[in-house]
Amino acid sequence: MSRIAATFARLGAQGRLGLIAYLTVGYPRLDATPALVEAAAESGADAIELGIPFSDPLADGRTIQAASQQALKGGVTVGRALEAASAARKKTEVPLLFMTYLNPILAFGLERFCRAATEAGVDGLIVPDLPPAESVDLRRAADASHIDLVFFVAPTSSETGIVAACRAATGFIYCIAVTGVTGARPELDPALLPLIETVRRHTNLPIVVGFGISRVEHLKALEGKADGVIVASALLDAIARAPEDPAGQVRRFLSDLRRPAAG
Amino acid sequence: MSQATPDTRGRYGNYGGQYIPETLMAAVDELTAAFDAAVKDDGFRHEFEYLSRTFSGRPTPVYRADRLTHEAGGAEIWFKREDLCHTGAHKINNALGQVLLARRMGKRRIIAETGAGQHGVAVATVCAKFGLQCEVYMGVDDMARQAINVYKMRLLGATVTPVESGSKTLKDATNEAIRDWVTNVRTTHYVIGSAVGPHPYPLMVREFQSVIGREARAQMLVETGRLPTAVVACVGGGSNAIGIFAPFYDDPVRLVGVEAAGRGLKSGAHAASIVGGRPGVLHGSFSYLLQDEDGQVMATHSISAGLDYPGVGPEHAFLHDQHRAEYVSVTDEQALAAFHQTSRLEGIIPALESSHAIAYAMPLAAELAAEDLVLVNLSGRGDKDLDIVRGASG
Repeated sequence: MSRIAATFARLGAQGRLGLIAYLTVGYPRLDATPALVEAAAESGADAIELGIPFSDPLADGRTIQAASQQALKGGVTVGRALEAASAARKKTEVPLLFMTYLNPILAFGLERFCRAATEAGVDGLIVPDLPPAESVDLRRAADASHIDLVFFVAPTSSETGIVAACRAATGFIYCIAVTGVTGARPELDPALLPLIETVRRHTNLPIVVGFGISRVEHLKALEGKADGVIVASALLDAIARAPEDPAGQVRRFLSDLRRPAAG
Repeated sequence: MSQATPDTRGRYGNYGGQYIPETLMAAVDELTAAFDAAVKDDGFRHEFEYLSRTFSGRPTPVYRADRLTHEAGGAEIWFKREDLCHTGAHKINNALGQVLLARRMGKRRIIAETGAGQHGVAVATVCAKFGLQCEVYMGVDDMARQAINVYKMRLLGATVTPVESGSKTLKDATNEAIRDWVTNVRTTHYVIGSAVGPHPYPLMVREFQSVIGREARAQMLVETGRLPTAVVACVGGGSNAIGIFAPFYDDPVRLVGVEAAGRGLKSGAHAASIVGGRPGVLHGSFSYLLQDEDGQVMATHSISAGLDYPGVGPEHAFLHDQHRAEYVSVTDEQALAAFHQTSRLEGIIPALESSHAIAYAMPLAAELAAEDLVLVNLSGRGDKDLDIVRGASG
């Protein structure tokens, strides 16, 4: 069983909502990532999503755009991201996923990328500009390297789109919580719970909610409904508030998020 | 070469496709269906043709550039006068077509990206005519170098939103427009200004722009009794080029796309995606792209804001690989020289974008015989570029 499947099986047995922490590789400094992965894993993250920065992140809001630009200026490459993942893997057994846009993967070579990611101890890939219909080549490469390839559903998805994502995905289904780009938001969209129910009818894979997730109340609202949540921009915002102590910020932010909501 | 391209998934050979976030998938499917229905609908076609005639000022003439012909000393040089369109460039053709389509789909809010500002002005113009809300994304660097067009868009009632991210030019304006579309997709139509983006955009833009080539082909036959030897057009994303090329696909006519070599291909400061790039994915489609070894999209440079873009439409990538069209490049300096030459010799001030096509057409005409014809798509007029030219001329 893959690390991702094993993790969600364990979470399911415990009746717990999984927490996936997103970190931009090379942010806030080129060599920061392995220690931040360790800090996140020790502070309640059940899996870590590692964003390989891309020059044109068109599904991302300001926070991830800024982190990506800073990381690219700092010298992050796909090769460095693989090294960071490999170093992180030596520190923790939690599932690691790469999130990046298609072009850096294409430039590296689909098969070469999947092989190198697996060798680095990465368990899954998330590619926001790759819909199921365009995914044949990457799916083949991912299967050959036994790495999961996650697909998205969105509030705007048609039933056909939901079915296509559920058929194409391995690992989990990434359920986009808002009609929009990434970025912390105060409220959850009321359409989210019905969307999760629809997706549930089409798949046995875990359903993980991301985009806008930033508060204890969001996690509370999704307990028993989704299988996991991804916290990305809110975590990067926390790092940005004290970039001299990113590991401390990651620990504080994730611990607070895991604390039961007041009232 | 078949007019049947692309296939149903928007593929021109390996190029094109729909590399977009899932949030946009339903909107792109809806757009594809609406476009397919519209082009088959006589009512839609009549409205488009009627407004092209009465609002945009079509047909635009073809014109024999006698003094440039004499200067080159070879083939006759002809211009397709898209600079005479309402708003000063071919951009109005696509803006009109897409806004009519958006109305059919019941979308009341229109967004666009713009580089030189010509597309933004065209979209703002059509939105004013129909009373639609319009927001145009524009890089802050482009806003500075095309200040008059920013003013025009605001006069026309559009909101111009500055884009501060990345290179602060057309690529980043496009990113920001896509982010707006992802957020407001239920109410908003995104009018892409060039033959780029996910399917059906490249096909749709070709459809609305190919009026240029259809008119020019018929006009050349009337004026000269024969087809041109070569058709030359500048290529940024490639909408004016695809518009004039497509109706000539099945003819024995050379098609030449001229990219922006900026300060020279070797300098790295250029925007020649086909000549100087390799295939990759940006803004929803697979095509030639200026990127570094790691797949990061590179900063580009051209004196012409409308060509200052790292990608190119997928149909051009296909025409290049099929050897149906040739792609070449022209530097800032050569384009500026053609700008001055055309102003002085023909009494026509061309856009800096179109000046790239003229700069290549002159030596091409010189190599050809007197009975040959070189047709240049004069895609826009140069009023917007006067400050840049004045600055460059010191």
